[in-house]
Amino acid sequence: MTTTTAGERLGRLLNLVPYLLARPGIPIAEAAADLGVSERQLREDLELLWVCGLPGYGPGDLIDLAFDGDRVTVTFDAGIDRPLRLTHDEALALIVALRMLAQLPGNADLPGGTGNSRDAVERALAKIESAAGDAAAGLPVAVRLPGSAGAERVAQLQQAVQRRRALRITYYTATRDEVTERVVDPMRVLLVGGHAYLEAWCRRAEAVRMFRADRIDDCTELDEPANPPPQARPAEVRDSIFTPSPELPLVTLRVGRWARWITEYYPCEQVIEESPDRWLVSLRASDLAWARRLVLGLGTDVTVLDPPELVEAVRREATEALRAYEDGSAPEGGGEA
Amino acid sequence: MSRSRTERLVNLVICLLSTRRYLTAAQIAATVPGYEHDPTDPREHEAFQRKFERDKAELRDLGVPLETGTTSVFDTEPGYRIARRDYALPDIRLEPDETAAVGIAARLWQHAGMAAAASSGLLKLRAAGVDVDVSATLGVEPLVTADPAFEPLQAAARRRQEVRFDYRTPEDDVAHTRRLQPWGVVSWRGRWYVVGWDLDREAVRSFRMSRIVGRVTPVGPGNAFTPPPDLDLFSYVSRWWSTPVEHPNRAVVRLKPGRAAGVRRRAESVESGPDGDRVVLRYSDPDSLARWLVGYGSDVVVLEPDEVRKAIVARLRDLVATLSGPGGEEAGGAGETTAPPRQPAGAEAEVPA
Repeated sequence: MTTTTAGERLGRLLNLVPYLLARPGIPIAEAAADLGVSERQLREDLELLWVCGLPGYGPGDLIDLAFDGDRVTVTFDAGIDRPLRLTHDEALALIVALRMLAQLPGNADLPGGTGNSRDAVERALAKIESAAGDAAAGLPVAVRLPGSAGAERVAQLQQAVQRRRALRITYYTATRDEVTERVVDPMRVLLVGGHAYLEAWCRRAEAVRMFRADRIDDCTELDEPANPPPQARPAEVRDSIFTPSPELPLVTLRVGRWARWITEYYPCEQVIEESPDRWLVSLRASDLAWARRLVLGLGTDVTVLDPPELVEAVRREATEALRAYEDGSAPEGGGEA
Repeated sequence: MSRSRTERLVNLVICLLSTRRYLTAAQIAATVPGYEHDPTDPREHEAFQRKFERDKAELRDLGVPLETGTTSVFDTEPGYRIARRDYALPDIRLEPDETAAVGIAARLWQHAGMAAAASSGLLKLRAAGVDVDVSATLGVEPLVTADPAFEPLQAAARRRQEVRFDYRTPEDDVAHTRRLQPWGVVSWRGRWYVVGWDLDREAVRSFRMSRIVGRVTPVGPGNAFTPPPDLDLFSYVSRWWSTPVEHPNRAVVRLKPGRAAGVRRRAESVESGPDGDRVVLRYSDPDSLARWLVGYGSDVVVLEPDEVRKAIVARLRDLVATLSGPGGEEAGGAGETTAPPRQPAGAEAEVPA
């Protein structure tokens, strides 16, 4: 889109006439809120429109507006009675988003709907595609939401959000490698970066938490309304759900070529490419035991440089594990509980 | 844009929308306030022409379909008009649940450019008389993020224009310039890809947009190629995952009591014993299983089968040798001698909650 702010005003003006035409006597404040501009800006736009029009082109020649207190009505539109067609980008933005919605479990209740939200989404999609005409033809964009695995769980969570019911969940926290049971007040379900998350007020942590749907091992709807406290605010989510906090311990790793993929998978603070086989990677770990599991799993491609307790933990754990196999030799030996 | 220019452009639109005949620049100048000039004065005339060119460009940028042509064979100079059917958004009537769906869709984009396009599209629908409900929710919100390469690539795919970009996977030491006829863009498993004909490899290739380094440059004219008919963009990115992963094999592991919760939740069965819990796991590839279990250190000991035990012991021996020997400093190099452990198919970023 090359629309500048100047072009935006022209676009807004061309849109404003049909908008008002469809809503005779609308309060100016309401129109401003609807159109996303300040009331003052809207009044300036109306003043400008008032002097537009061409002599000899119609009954009133100029665009005519009638003001009644804080309300406005278009009495002559000078031929601008319809909005402009959707641009390619506008059509794409709406259609791609609707195609995404069309893949959701369609059991939500929409205002004035029949309880089948997927049907509503599909009807809307067809109408927008048809109205967009050429702008929507051959749209080279295809979308598919993360697989059907866990779809039932997502549908269950969605329903709890819609019905405003508290949930008892059994949740696996990967960073701490523990399974806990908690009662949560669902707020919304998000699909971001290939995963579904339940955002909820966790009564155990007394804070808003994101729960990854595929780590909710069990889930029961309680006979109790969801009641997130007023301080429960949805998180600002941009590109990823997890924004490492600077208070978390910083782990520095030396990474060989075949483990470089971790720099794509985990949010890294810094990646220094010392040489092809030595990348220095720093990332925040919410739990050092998690970092230890990660590093052990990556094998000799990764060496911990910092913090020293992680270096030691990896060394100790690898040695102990090896002893469990070698000393105890037989599958039955080793491992003290 | 100055107030007078905005006013002139609105008038230009009114003028060209209300004419059936093509109007020449001179006729437009005589009708639209703001274009007054003396056509016999070369300097004034030239200034008018520049002004008119800028105005036409502004309208086209906004998506106003300016038509050029002549009304009769006697016309020597081409004129301009706006065909109402091309200008106007067709009549659209949405039911309340449909407008709610559109309102939800318009706020999914987390990409600034696309979010702006969604809201300006919504404003046009409002101007068409649709009252969009923005308070509705489906209970689930897919947030649509997009890489910087998204806009230029979808635009090039739409125009069928070749592109050039630098691309680097984590395994590459440097970025490589790729030339592509982009057929389309795909969002799959939360990531964006571009699929097309790679002009250097002479084959179909898909590229993950997050791995594109720097700008995407369009090359040459539009309509430079034709994507294959019945194109299924997904088939090129989902190939590796198209068959469900089966877990035909069975491993028995011993867990320290109360430990390795991540292993327990994937267990087929758990049986408590005097020396720990015996757990049965299903798996497909011994090496992937070993890579996962070795992370749990001494909390997990594989009892059978031997192929998994051996894979784990080999990994642990390498690790211990690297960590305790002086060669520990060269850990990165040692990794290269083993088969490249590619990132396992199901691997996902750990997201603490």
